[in-house]
Amino acid sequence: MKNLRSLLFVPGNNPAMLQAAGFLGADAVILDLEDAVAMNEKDAARRLVTEALTHLDFGSATVIVRVNGLDTAFGADDIRAICTTRTEAILLPKATAERISEADALMARTNLELIALLESALGVEMAYFVAKASPRVQALFFGAEDFTADMGVPRTKQGHEIEFARARVALACRAAGVQAVDTPFTDTNDPDGFTQDVLRGRVLGYTAKALISPRHVMPLHDLLQPDPSEVAQAHRIVDAAEEAFAAGIGVFSLEGKMIDAPIINRAKHILSLAALYGGGR
Amino acid sequence: MEVKIGRAGSLESCDVLITVFPQAAGGLDIRIASIVEQQFGEQIRVVIENTLAETSVHDAVIEVRDRGAFDYAIKARLLTALGRAGLVKGARNE
Repeated sequence: MKNLRSLLFVPGNNPAMLQAAGFLGADAVILDLEDAVAMNEKDAARRLVTEALTHLDFGSATVIVRVNGLDTAFGADDIRAICTTRTEAILLPKATAERISEADALMARTNLELIALLESALGVEMAYFVAKASPRVQALFFGAEDFTADMGVPRTKQGHEIEFARARVALACRAAGVQAVDTPFTDTNDPDGFTQDVLRGRVLGYTAKALISPRHVMPLHDLLQPDPSEVAQAHRIVDAAEEAFAAGIGVFSLEGKMIDAPIINRAKHILSLAALYGGGR
Repeated sequence: MEVKIGRAGSLESCDVLITVFPQAAGGLDIRIASIVEQQFGEQIRVVIENTLAETSVHDAVIEVRDRGAFDYAIKARLLTALGRAGLVKGARNE
């Protein structure tokens, strides 16, 4: 799976929105068969998304389908139907290592990838093992709304109640070598709140965020770009490190500060993000 | 197979509301009302007829109220309505 910044949810039972999905600038679209679809419309949404995936052009966006959970009557049939389409990945709700293994078995003989939606206390607690439950798993996605419901705690805009879980999922992503997708910000009329929420995720190591509004796509892309001053400093560090390495020096000083391997690695990481996201903010 | 009324879709823009009724007399009766009937009425009929042929449905009344749906959406809504009517596999939320 290519590196993603923005994953935009699109309701699966709405033709107008499905048809617009590829034009909204998001790196990925998530065609939603789960929470966006009423219980008595699950069959209709599955048919509509299956036909849309066969006939619509989603442009350069990576196409992901959020199926219903495998603990419901719909999840397995959703996966079987989506396996016949051009989808790139399935987003599996309420993911645990066991559910990932079940999904993996249903996806046999396909190249489909998986994104695990961690939205229960158990899922978060087992995050690393969920990521490692199948080689199809390319990303973990922290879902704060269901997580706080599972914990029985109120969900606030400031998000203090999710700090530990959010950090834990990001840490597991890094340890497992998969992408980290942050929880959506659900107030589409609070741009400052959105900015703060993106930055809170970014400092924890999230490189992507799920979105519920197309209005959030461009602001997110801007916010995830490394700062130009950070990029310039990273270039200086990497250049100096190459010179030092050529001279056989392990630790050296740059502008009065000691530069060693962790700092060089962080600089290289910033340069890789800058290359990925197209420059500095 | 028990045949009942099956309905799927909506009257939202870009969607289509399709209702399938049992046809006691046998044969197909396709009734189309569309906001783009003059331009695309025949194309809608072709999609409906092809989908019915693919699913081997030969006896039904199909009422189509179209709000500018693309072919894929017409096909999907018809398949869902047929499923809900008990005419093809894929009945409601099986």
